[in-house]
Amino acid sequence: MSFLRKLLAVINKDIAAEMHTREIISAMLVFSLLQLLIFSFALDLHAAIAETVAPGVLWATIVFAGTLGLNRSLAREQRNSCIDGLLLAPMSRSAIFFGKVAGNFLFMVLVEAALVPLFSALFGVALFRLSVLLVLGLGTLGYASVGTLMAAIAVNTRAREVMLPVLLFPLALPVLIGAVQATGGLVSGGSLVDVAAWVRVLVVYDLVITAVSLVTFGYVLEG
Amino acid sequence: MRGSDNYLAQHLLTVGSGLVMLVALGMVFLYAPREAVMGDVQRIFYFHVASAWVGFFGFFVTFLAGVGYLLSGQRRWDVLALSSVEVGVTFITMTVVTGSLWAKPAWGTYWTWEPRLTISAVQLLIYVAYLMLRGSVEGREQRARFSSVYGIVAFVTVPLSWFAIRWWRTIHPDILTGGDQMAIAPRMIHTLLVSIGAFTLLYAALLSLRMKLEWTSDELIRMRLKLERRSRG
Repeated sequence: MSFLRKLLAVINKDIAAEMHTREIISAMLVFSLLQLLIFSFALDLHAAIAETVAPGVLWATIVFAGTLGLNRSLAREQRNSCIDGLLLAPMSRSAIFFGKVAGNFLFMVLVEAALVPLFSALFGVALFRLSVLLVLGLGTLGYASVGTLMAAIAVNTRAREVMLPVLLFPLALPVLIGAVQATGGLVSGGSLVDVAAWVRVLVVYDLVITAVSLVTFGYVLEG
Repeated sequence: MRGSDNYLAQHLLTVGSGLVMLVALGMVFLYAPREAVMGDVQRIFYFHVASAWVGFFGFFVTFLAGVGYLLSGQRRWDVLALSSVEVGVTFITMTVVTGSLWAKPAWGTYWTWEPRLTISAVQLLIYVAYLMLRGSVEGREQRARFSSVYGIVAFVTVPLSWFAIRWWRTIHPDILTGGDQMAIAPRMIHTLLVSIGAFTLLYAALLSLRMKLEWTSDELIRMRLKLERRSRG
């Protein structure tokens, strides 16, 4: 079996499990809708300020909702020792890692697909552009990557729900800064060239963090 | 566990770091000239920079110790990583506090999102999370493995955060810190170097004491287990 097919097998397993339980997507979706509600009251989000604060609100929503999905995705492996089954399967740790990252990325993107049109409609901000979607994808990829590693650690701790954001947020800071700045630049009328520096931050972060997470992921699983 | 040579070396290190620290203090207040614009307040700079350096160095040691642990699985690497984080967190806290103390008279506010100050605060949060992680993992081997991974990944993100924060500040220029270039006299550089040396020695002294404490605690656990086994007959 080639690497790609093993990878797809892990993703398929996650999708199949999600189709049965719907626990990851539903949790993230409902939570992000509630966050939108809270942010619109907390910040008094009307058209005049929407353009300035929208990128921050959007990414805060994604980051917070993301921890829910990441936690569940790895807690699912922990339950009934599913992770042992995965480790026994004839595939490398990197296939497991990339499979889990891809699954988490997919679930987060699905939630964003619902969030973005709603966000545009509610706050009158044009997010449905290819450049914004690219930034969303890059930011989500880096977040899902480091998030998968941190969730794999956090589910083995005593206070798992608390541990994940505590571990993850300070490490995801470059993603958050880069993504908010790039989205902000695009929303206020700039093109991809104008926000190239921030896109570069995201790309570099994605590459570096995926490489480091890949190398260390095996050590988290063993034992 | 350790011979009397180590005992002597430990004492020399502790006393030596104390003496060099006294020299540094003397230089900060007596040798270094008064800064023209900021006045005496600027003297906090020597310890501020020195503690920032030690904090960063401590986290670098933790990164290396994490790599060492993952490759070898030896307890001593984990003891080194833990001890270095604890000492590093102490110094980085000092950096953030002295930074705010300096910011108030210099720029009229306790906190500015100045990149160097911000990255110190970010590092403080990261390594407090590291210590929280250690506190909530059962089992020594698993704890060592997880914290090694976290120490490595965390250290790699710090430079990325640094660049992101710096670019973020250039987009939102800080009026408060603008144009406040400090003119560095040679005597200031001497004082800074001696301060950094003193703080590095202090780091080494605290690190070796903290590591010794951890070994002693290991020894105590071992003795207790032995005693329990014996009393059971």
